[in-house]
Amino acid sequence: MKRRDFFKQTLPASVTLPAILNGFSVKAFTNASPLVQALMGATTDTDKVLVMIQLNGGNDGLNMVIPIDTYSAYYNARANIAIAQNKILALNGTSKTGLHPSMTGLQTLYNENKLAIVQAVGYPSPNFSHFRATDIWMTASDSNQVLNTGWIGRYLNVEFPNYPNGYPTAQMPDPLAIQIGSVSSLALQGPVSGMGMTISDPTTFYQFLDEIGDPVPVPPTPWGKELAYIRMIMGQTEKYGDAIRAAAQKVTSQGPYNSNNDLAQQLRIVARLVKGGLKTRVYMVSTGGFDTHSSQVEAADTTVGFHAKLMARVSDAIKSFMDDLKGLGVEDRVIGMTFSEFGRRIKSNSSLGTDHGAAAPVFVFGKNVRPGIIGTNPAIPNGVSSNANVVHQYDFRSIYASILKQWFCVNDTDLQTIMLQNFQNIPIAINTACGSTGVDDVIRGDGEQLVVNYPNPFVENTKITFNTKGGHTLVQVMDTMGRVIKTLTDKVYTSGTYTVTLEGYGLPVGVYYARFQNGSTQQVRPMLKTR
Amino acid sequence: MVLRSHKADYLKQSAKINLMDRREFFTLKRRAAAPSSKPYAGLRQIYAGLNAYAGTWTTKEVAHLLKRTMFGAKKEDIDYFLGMSPSQAVDVLLTVPTGLPAPPLKNYDNTDIDPADGDISVAAGTTWVNTVSADGTANGRRVESLKAWWVGTMINQDRSIRERMTLFWHNHFSTETATYERGTYGYRYSTLLRQSAVGNFKTLVKDVTQNIAMLRYLNGYLNTATAPDENYARELQELFTLGKENSPNYTEDDVYAAARVLTGWRIKEEDETIFFKPADHDKTSKTFSAFYNGTTIAGRSDEAGANAEIDDLLNMIFSKSVEVSEFIVKKLYTWFCYYTIDADTVTNVIKPLAQQFRDGGWEIKPVLATLLKSEHFFDVLNQGCLIKSPLEMIIMMMREFQVAIPDSSDYVNQYNMWEYLHSQAVVMQQSIADPPSVSGWPAYYQIPMFYEMWINHDTMPKRELFIDRLIVSGYTRNNIKLIIEPVEFTKKLFPLSATAPGDPNALINAAVDLLYRVPISDTLKASIKTSFLLSGQTQDYYWTNAWSAYIGAPGDMTTYNIVYTRLRDLYNYLMNLAEYQLA
Repeated sequence: MKRRDFFKQTLPASVTLPAILNGFSVKAFTNASPLVQALMGATTDTDKVLVMIQLNGGNDGLNMVIPIDTYSAYYNARANIAIAQNKILALNGTSKTGLHPSMTGLQTLYNENKLAIVQAVGYPSPNFSHFRATDIWMTASDSNQVLNTGWIGRYLNVEFPNYPNGYPTAQMPDPLAIQIGSVSSLALQGPVSGMGMTISDPTTFYQFLDEIGDPVPVPPTPWGKELAYIRMIMGQTEKYGDAIRAAAQKVTSQGPYNSNNDLAQQLRIVARLVKGGLKTRVYMVSTGGFDTHSSQVEAADTTVGFHAKLMARVSDAIKSFMDDLKGLGVEDRVIGMTFSEFGRRIKSNSSLGTDHGAAAPVFVFGKNVRPGIIGTNPAIPNGVSSNANVVHQYDFRSIYASILKQWFCVNDTDLQTIMLQNFQNIPIAINTACGSTGVDDVIRGDGEQLVVNYPNPFVENTKITFNTKGGHTLVQVMDTMGRVIKTLTDKVYTSGTYTVTLEGYGLPVGVYYARFQNGSTQQVRPMLKTR
Repeated sequence: MVLRSHKADYLKQSAKINLMDRREFFTLKRRAAAPSSKPYAGLRQIYAGLNAYAGTWTTKEVAHLLKRTMFGAKKEDIDYFLGMSPSQAVDVLLTVPTGLPAPPLKNYDNTDIDPADGDISVAAGTTWVNTVSADGTANGRRVESLKAWWVGTMINQDRSIRERMTLFWHNHFSTETATYERGTYGYRYSTLLRQSAVGNFKTLVKDVTQNIAMLRYLNGYLNTATAPDENYARELQELFTLGKENSPNYTEDDVYAAARVLTGWRIKEEDETIFFKPADHDKTSKTFSAFYNGTTIAGRSDEAGANAEIDDLLNMIFSKSVEVSEFIVKKLYTWFCYYTIDADTVTNVIKPLAQQFRDGGWEIKPVLATLLKSEHFFDVLNQGCLIKSPLEMIIMMMREFQVAIPDSSDYVNQYNMWEYLHSQAVVMQQSIADPPSVSGWPAYYQIPMFYEMWINHDTMPKRELFIDRLIVSGYTRNNIKLIIEPVEFTKKLFPLSATAPGDPNALINAAVDLLYRVPISDTLKASIKTSFLLSGQTQDYYWTNAWSAYIGAPGDMTTYNIVYTRLRDLYNYLMNLAEYQLA
């Protein structure tokens, strides 16, 4: 066990320290003293906030962030739902990529340098089941790995290891995380208990009985476990209720939010609680309806219809939220990201909809994000089959890890504990308190071709040539389902151009992708195997 | 870390455990000694398997059986089943009525409904289920009527497992009115589940596949040869039959091939029939993966042929009989027992039940009989550990307290009350006929929390507010009040003696035995008695006298009010404690 964890777990943070640390009597200091904090290596002091926006159902990323440079391939794959090229919203500084016409709010944010778009976010061997894929995103697990804890829960557990025992404390008087709504999220599940609170209205709370339970402790039985859980929730609701209500009451005026936009209404509560002074680190909100198997657009005009309403809901809500944060003077403190359990197929179906797919873009927004487009438009092969998917360029866990490191100043050791593996560090957020966060390179220009193959199409073998600027370099070959077929190289190189060979004998004919990863740069190259 | 703190808690608790029920204490102590490395093994080492239960048969065991198989344990139901053996009691519960409850009624008016719509011809107070309506407003009201009616049907259930199993199938074969919209579809769906509650599972899968609500909900009605829609084909395997945890398991290509088998079925909205459209059916042969032994289903072109293709598909899926039977038995186990299924339970319960299930040709009833009659089901570690779902809490409360609701002669107010109860379940996150997704309610699948998903900082206060309202002020609409009558409830606790409730100790014991499935300490009972029945005094006769005075002058409002307020606060307190959330 690490030394700081030992102190954190053995000393209730709310009382004056009675002990001697490194020969100093620290009894005279309160827990808030910087010296004590330094001695204990206590919880990182930060006022930064992360807002996670869950788009429930699997969002059609290709109709949200639209590839203009490969428009004809995009159009051919989904003619019945494709957005007309002249309706796509332009983004400053790029002619290759644009936004769904309903996303004027996000277009403005992008042009004000407050939005990052990460292309083709997913993970190897994607799962197409709603609940399994949701669990994967919430727990940050591998595709075939079942975890019972959420990634945010693990982060908060590193920061507040003894929670919920002894909490709230003087140092952390507020909920560690808040899920807006009525359903708790697996992402907030810690190793021992849930690390967050679930609320739908910050102004009303129920006063539970003073005597929450029988004076006799519960026995270690299944019913004892459930009883203890219910009592814990009652107790936390009571204890944190006052803090939340007090924070909410401090904020009497906010910017405008559309009252018919459920996501906007949830973000309104978040802005209110952030401004009200809660030290809560993470907020989760969610909105549904993204499982657009059918009728996602209207046949007569593909820019309207159900998906257009969803896009407007997301864009308008984030824009109102950002405007409000600015008006409240707290926009420095907040970044947010959107995610959905999967994207949808490249090819549309005949019901004017799209079936379950794989990778999709993620938005990261805030005054302190590193703005721009990270990655390239997804490769859309010609004559795409109906079960072909967008292959991931970025692992979603790289985004989580990058946010933890660059926004919450999580050190590399803890990061490994939380994320369970090493993930690529992508330049996403700027928090000067975290110092240099090891983002050692910038994403390369989106015109630069870093990985090619020859011959293409190929019959048996093809040579894949890549240009690395040195350091760790990975080349994987994936099929259209996103499954990793072969890893051609995975090691440290000196900068230069190298070639590896894909021995494709025995592989079924069809489309494959070479995924090249070097530092924070990734590119995906489509390759066609023929007879 | 986790194990160590459990152990520490256990050591602390063992000093105080003498206040617990003796039987549970001894059971626990013996079992806690069993060595195991599994996280919850210390909580739950059940050695009992499927041998028939032959232990004590008291209010406790009967209440356990009824709270798991019906909505709550009314005092007269407990007494009724106490007169039987455990096996007889389970047989009675599994004998479901053959008739259906009276269908939902038109409890709404015609405002804003298209004058040309069929719904206009349905007279107020008669059923709308046989009349097609395409009007959005009418269907919105029909759906509300259906939901209220479904709640009412659960409240008015007979002494059988049917309504609890109907809800089980609703969670299993989840559909949402928010998608299919038509009230008639919802009624046909709910009726199918109710009629098949303890029937044949394989037959039910076929019927669900061709049920109009499901065909609409998972896009079967759009599934076309040129662009197969995989929605139903995926859930048929992942959620309805095989599960996703088999290794090996069906592949993505199998999902696609199954979708092709299922192409061509269409809904004729004008008369709400299902028909087959040959041009939209994929007539080529469909080959499946090695998981299905490379089975090929020959493509056919006419309706009978397409139907036979579905049979072939289901036969192929059910040929994975170990996977299907274990998946369904685990779901039943999670519904009726608990969500932790340790290795011993798999060996002693899941596997033999699954064997019985597939050997018995997929009949549900014998499997339920074996489980519910077993030593395992009645094991003390299986009792009291189910967190009531919102509907379970609400409907159990209505039934156990026998809260008066107008009957069908006053259907307007009857539906108003049912609608209110439904709305309360919705804010607590359980909307009948509208589960959150095709996966059903997270309490039955979401690791690691399962049942605990029902309880959080938002829903727990809502449960308490509902409890407070139902017993303190009541819910009033149209001058009808929905409220718990604590004095009547108290009398029913003692059907044989009008004076018996005068003993405050007996009264508290009787109420706790009926309302709780977990023990509370004598300390707490004593403190409850003093606080509520004795108003802070120490002598029991203060309550005894108050009750005698009331019995002696039942029409006297003063004596009535004295017992009414004390009993109201007593039951309110008991329901406000966490113990009340367990069944």
